[in-house]
Amino acid sequence: MIEVSGLTVRFAGVTPIDDMSVVFPGGTCGLIGPNGAGKTTFFNVLSGFVKPATGSVAAFGEDLLKMADFRRARWGLRRTFQTEMAIEKLSIFDNVAMIHEHSGAKRSSRRADVQAAVDFVGLTASPRATVGGLGARERRLVEVARAVVGRPRVVLLDEPAAGLPDEETGHLSEVIQKIPDRFGALVILVDHDMSLVSACCQTTAVVDFGKLIASGPTADILRDEHVMRAYLGTETEL
Amino acid sequence: MSATDARSSGVAAARARLQLEPSTALRGAVILGLFLFVVLAVPSLVGSDWVTTFASVSIYSIVALGFGILYGRVGMISLGQVALLSVGCWIAARLAYATSIPFPVLLLVTGAITCAIGVLVGLPSLRLSGLYLALITLMFAGAVTVVLGVIDFPNGGHGFKGTSVSNTLTTGNPPVRRPSIAVGDTAFYRYIVVVTALMFLLALVHVAAKPGRAWASIRESEPAALAAGVNITLYKMWAFALASFMTGVAGCLLASQVGTPRAITFQTQDSLTLAATALIGGIFSLWGAIVAGIFNQLFPFLFSAQWGINSNFLLIIFGIGLLQVLLTAPGGLAEQFPRDMANLGRLIVRRIRSLTGGGKATA
Repeated sequence: MIEVSGLTVRFAGVTPIDDMSVVFPGGTCGLIGPNGAGKTTFFNVLSGFVKPATGSVAAFGEDLLKMADFRRARWGLRRTFQTEMAIEKLSIFDNVAMIHEHSGAKRSSRRADVQAAVDFVGLTASPRATVGGLGARERRLVEVARAVVGRPRVVLLDEPAAGLPDEETGHLSEVIQKIPDRFGALVILVDHDMSLVSACCQTTAVVDFGKLIASGPTADILRDEHVMRAYLGTETEL
Repeated sequence: MSATDARSSGVAAARARLQLEPSTALRGAVILGLFLFVVLAVPSLVGSDWVTTFASVSIYSIVALGFGILYGRVGMISLGQVALLSVGCWIAARLAYATSIPFPVLLLVTGAITCAIGVLVGLPSLRLSGLYLALITLMFAGAVTVVLGVIDFPNGGHGFKGTSVSNTLTTGNPPVRRPSIAVGDTAFYRYIVVVTALMFLLALVHVAAKPGRAWASIRESEPAALAAGVNITLYKMWAFALASFMTGVAGCLLASQVGTPRAITFQTQDSLTLAATALIGGIFSLWGAIVAGIFNQLFPFLFSAQWGINSNFLLIIFGIGLLQVLLTAPGGLAEQFPRDMANLGRLIVRRIRSLTGGGKATA
């Protein structure tokens, strides 16, 4: 469980996250909102790239904001980025192994753990293949494999399906759905593809202008009039 | 069912191992053969001036290797590598005059001190990158040139500060000593090549292991590296420490090789030339460093001593070479040459085949 309370982030003159309080109970949680709503900034706070002005984030009872940024991976925080971040010059194996190396997991189980993560996401290419030579779908899968290797506790996925055709999103969706049971990690999924969000997420939180505007079971949220209006941009009262 | 699965995956794993091993073994054998040829056969095939030149090629390939680690692996441009080499050279010369420690210890101590200085020079890289880091390191190179010029670079004499009464340009001072097992030029050339090979091994065990993967991650994206749990400060400084250690060792070899090093041999622009030749050679491959050493030291020798051409023309050639590499092969000659040779080989095979095929058709 992740409890966020009173989180505010200010950049010069802009407040991308404005007194946000939200709870991610477990399993796979959706985080949706229009562009510029503060979703990626929220991920950046969790990763430690952005220091919030006020507020707290408790992940499984621990104060995440107190940890040094690079130590959060060892604690179990994993993330993917909107833009592809798999390391082009390294092989699939090395890409996943480097996360394992910094995760604090046992060295002796590295080979098996890396192979298990690669198999889990359904990559069929040789683990020795260089990531630079892979297609967009396979690179995405490498990133997901990187996100689940070495005892993850919280997995942040930032628009993992962006730019993928529908049939490939289907496979990705199956992989994401299996993460909580297989690895015992809490997944937060940010995406604009509502079919992906409704297929993967039991609960969903909606943010707009850096504030939480709704949260609850995904099916209810996606029927909510407020949410639809926020997405269509006709909300004037807020 | 599961037993057959297990067996087939075991077979697949064995096959994967088999696929990997012959090429690695072959590569290792080729490298070992090449190394033995360079160490044992080359001195007897060429004249003594060539041996001295090859010794310099070897030393400068270590410096290029350091540049390659910083820029090719981590993405940090340091334009002060030859300046660091001169610092190593100076430290080695002073230590050699002041103490009587055995030569291998002298190599290590020089490496360690240069390493500390290199890490200090690298500190700005924690905040700066790209052009700004390049400028800062180039300023360092300029400062080193000035300081070494002012303090009468090595200048013989005894003790740490020992300046001889005579002017620096006299050769009356005893040369910086060489290891007792390799006093002659040929023996010391072999010694240098062996130490160079050790430095390349040191680079290899870093690049192929945890630091290499962490560096690749930093080069790709610092935020992604942070999110992956990489301690960026530690790994950047580690890269500077490694590159500077190797450059310091190279400086120690250089001090002993030339015997009487002089500040005038190290110009600020040499650091730029080194960067250019390292890029031409290829910064993503360890071979590229050797190519860079050849360009940096063998070509000036060929031009001035062999062909009687002003070696300043080389600067123009390096400029054109750099342009060529940046436009067509970012991996440098180390990547381009084997690719072009393979293409040429295929072309020749196709020609021969079409010729013999055509011959049959007419017959």
